[in-house]
Amino acid sequence: METVIFFLFAALAIGSAIVVVTHRSPIYATLSLVLTLFSMAVLFVLLGAPFVGVLQILVYAGAIVVLFLFVIMLLNVQKEENAHVDRGVQLWIAILGAVVFLGLFWLAFWRTGLRIGGPAPARLTEDLVGLKGLATALFTDYLLPFEIVGLLLLVAVIGATVAARRSDSETVRPDDDFVSGDEPRTDPLRSLPDPHRTSVAEPAYSSSKREAHS
Amino acid sequence: MSSVPISWYLLLSAVLFGIGAIGALTRRNGISIFLSVELMLNAGNLTLIAYARQWNDHTGQLIVFFVMAVAAAEAAVGLALFIAVFRQRRTIDVNRLNLLQG
Repeated sequence: METVIFFLFAALAIGSAIVVVTHRSPIYATLSLVLTLFSMAVLFVLLGAPFVGVLQILVYAGAIVVLFLFVIMLLNVQKEENAHVDRGVQLWIAILGAVVFLGLFWLAFWRTGLRIGGPAPARLTEDLVGLKGLATALFTDYLLPFEIVGLLLLVAVIGATVAARRSDSETVRPDDDFVSGDEPRTDPLRSLPDPHRTSVAEPAYSSSKREAHS
Repeated sequence: MSSVPISWYLLLSAVLFGIGAIGALTRRNGISIFLSVELMLNAGNLTLIAYARQWNDHTGQLIVFFVMAVAAAEAAVGLALFIAVFRQRRTIDVNRLNLLQG
């Protein structure tokens, strides 16, 4: 039974991972990533880590992927154009690198004494599956890393807010909107990209807008 | 109940990591590269959990928590950077973002 579940979800994970890296549309790739993450959460539960599996679904599928989807929709990302790079060389070098890496990885596994078709691991113990031991270790031995991770998340929130904010020079003040409501807006996130417009990066305050003010 | 050997999990995570690495090296859309990186992080998590199972030790699961937190921070900051870049350049095709190419 466990073997059947393992192979089912392993195949699902690999298949959807291939879709993630090959699909041209970022939306489909992201949704396929959800499938990969879900099947890996199932594998986590199989490995006696149900809490990590739940956390995987909550944090990854619930938060990070939704963040990705929001950004994709916000940016209106087009499908990759495939024109101006010879993709073949890049692809083959990448595959070669991945194969070499897998070889090294396998060597590392071999050195730790694990073999394909080796003996099944010992039975799951209450101590490994249960939350008590995990929480005890997290809040005693690993308290300092825990606090540092909290600090890291705080810094990330601040950094993301600062990075994604519009800078002061291009901030549209409320009365500007009121005065010139029909003015073509230049911030791409305010007005979605217009395919007919040729200029790519024009300053937020165009000269015509400044004249309209004076 | 037959149990699956740990080496199968390790092989699976290696394959997933390889797929993610190929994606991160070949895709040109910034967001697709990020998705591939998330895939690689998850493959690493699977290895950690598998070894935690093998040695009957919590530490691997704890490190997975930290990896998840770092991945969340990385995704938030990276996507914010992409938004900022998109404002300036109207593209997140990494081949066109060559300002630092010298």
